[in-house]
Amino acid sequence: MSFRPVFEAHAWDGVKASIYAKTAADVARALAAPRRTLEDFKALISPAAAPYLEQMAQLSHRLTRNRFGNTMQLYVPLYLSNECQNICTYCGFSLDNKLKRRTLSSVEMLAEAAVLKDWGYDHVLLVTGEANQTVGVDYLEKALQTLRPHFAHLSMEVQPLDQEDYERLIPQGLNTVLVYQETYHQDDYKKHHPKGKKSNFQYRLDTPDRLGRAGIHKMGLGVLIGLEDWRTDCFYTALHLDYLERTYWQTKYSLSFPRLRPAEGLLQPKVEMSDRELVQLICAYRLLNEEVELSLSTRENPAFRDQVIKLGITSISAGSKTNPGGYAVAPESLEQFEISDERSPAEIAAMLCRQGYEPVWKDWDAALA
Amino acid sequence: MKTQPLVIAGRTFASRLFTGTGKFSSSALMEEALLASGSELVTVALKRVDVADANDDILRHLGHPQFSLLPNTSGVRTAREAVFAAQLAREALETNWLKLEIHPDPKYLLPDPIETLKAAEELVKLGFVVLPYIHADPVLCKRLEEVGVAAVMPLGSPIGSNKGLMTKKFLQIIIGQSRVPVVVDAGIGAPSHAAAALEMGADAVLVNTAIAVAGQPVAMATAFKMAVEAGRLAYEARLAAPVAHEAVASSPLTAFLDM
Repeated sequence: MSFRPVFEAHAWDGVKASIYAKTAADVARALAAPRRTLEDFKALISPAAAPYLEQMAQLSHRLTRNRFGNTMQLYVPLYLSNECQNICTYCGFSLDNKLKRRTLSSVEMLAEAAVLKDWGYDHVLLVTGEANQTVGVDYLEKALQTLRPHFAHLSMEVQPLDQEDYERLIPQGLNTVLVYQETYHQDDYKKHHPKGKKSNFQYRLDTPDRLGRAGIHKMGLGVLIGLEDWRTDCFYTALHLDYLERTYWQTKYSLSFPRLRPAEGLLQPKVEMSDRELVQLICAYRLLNEEVELSLSTRENPAFRDQVIKLGITSISAGSKTNPGGYAVAPESLEQFEISDERSPAEIAAMLCRQGYEPVWKDWDAALA
Repeated sequence: MKTQPLVIAGRTFASRLFTGTGKFSSSALMEEALLASGSELVTVALKRVDVADANDDILRHLGHPQFSLLPNTSGVRTAREAVFAAQLAREALETNWLKLEIHPDPKYLLPDPIETLKAAEELVKLGFVVLPYIHADPVLCKRLEEVGVAAVMPLGSPIGSNKGLMTKKFLQIIIGQSRVPVVVDAGIGAPSHAAAALEMGADAVLVNTAIAVAGQPVAMATAFKMAVEAGRLAYEARLAAPVAHEAVASSPLTAFLDM
């Protein structure tokens, strides 16, 4: 079983046309439905839903608060390596980008971890590029073993792996894997990933299936917004989520919606998504799925983050550095992309409290798996 | 007016309102609300607390003598994981009481009956006071009773849904035939739902979301306290039977008796 047949049954142009054909009546019907379908979701992300944004936001706020309470989870990325054999047109770590490459040793990881622990973090997201010779499964296993005693919850955002690799890493404390398709538009995907293992669209598309079969606790999906028409791409994300929830029903899911940020010498967004449209997307995801986690990173600016967290978000990062060694070992090295919200975790926690949210630093225990 | 106290595993509770600790906007507000609720048994997720930290924010706010802790296994997916988590909780929180929850389905958090029964049997043998969270399944309740659980905790509707006693008919069967206390857990969204559960003979209710997410959690906790007391008092006072409104003018089946 895999997502492929579902994916192939939904041709890009047809999906796109049907989203843009949605009317105010479709939106009203979607808003009134007790449980919303993927067709309702199309209406909610369509241009026709723009006038309904306030209504969507109120509904999304209410649903989120009821399910997740007055709490906000906090996580932080820990970049382990910027070595990469892929060329990706939008990424600072792209093979053709001249920068000093660095992969953290265990000692360096622990130095970085000490800073994060000091800030209060118990959930950490390990990030790498794709360099299977030096940063392969052996390295990742070692990293998990090194960091597991120090954190309650370990996530990874690294190259897609084979099922048996995931099966090897999960017992070492790997709880969550984020794997973003970047875009579901196959031709555009090829354009943006011309070289390296990442250029294999199908292998990436099948990754959530491999994770599900390996029994991962949680996986994160998303597209990089700016590469293609965001409405169509996000429909495919929702379609993928719908398939995965039915198939791997014991797995938890989270969604992200990173907007393409300027990185050194690289691509500017083909499609710009406005703040208003991002809010529409967040609310639409929530209205489609009351239980999915929605995550907002420091790519977004402080003023926007402070407002939008109330509208469906359940986890945020703070104090993030996107360069390996960025917290302690090599703070001056080149970042993967620019951060917009540079406030410290303590400042973010204080902002959350002012808004009536309890910052949650720990919501898992190494003893549970 | 005093009602009968509730006894579970030899321990007496004056309050029939059990509470949860999630979803509050701060631990201080949680403490204030739980104190106002009168609750004496408070469930706390092992995954949310740092048992290695003596100053853990949640535990620090639950130190009041009014509260006994009921650790729960939220997050586990199998009996094996539950037993392991239970042992850790017992050691760290120094209580052998346990709310056993095994919900492998992270979407609706519905409990797995097979794994729950397996884990309950083992945990009872290991000396735990087990209160299992389960679907409102009368047969499963009897099976759990047979393996020695201290109470059963059937759901009213899915966790956090605030939909009330959607399983009412089955709760009535469970209450009618149970030999251990029945605590309606999950789905109670309003004081009236709690009162209804107690009126129909449930021994207690467990409430979290409806208090934590209310506009004013402390006031809502007080409202739940009153509702639970009223519901129990009504149960003990025995409700008058509802009056049938279909008047029976003639008696076609019994008129012959008057002839």
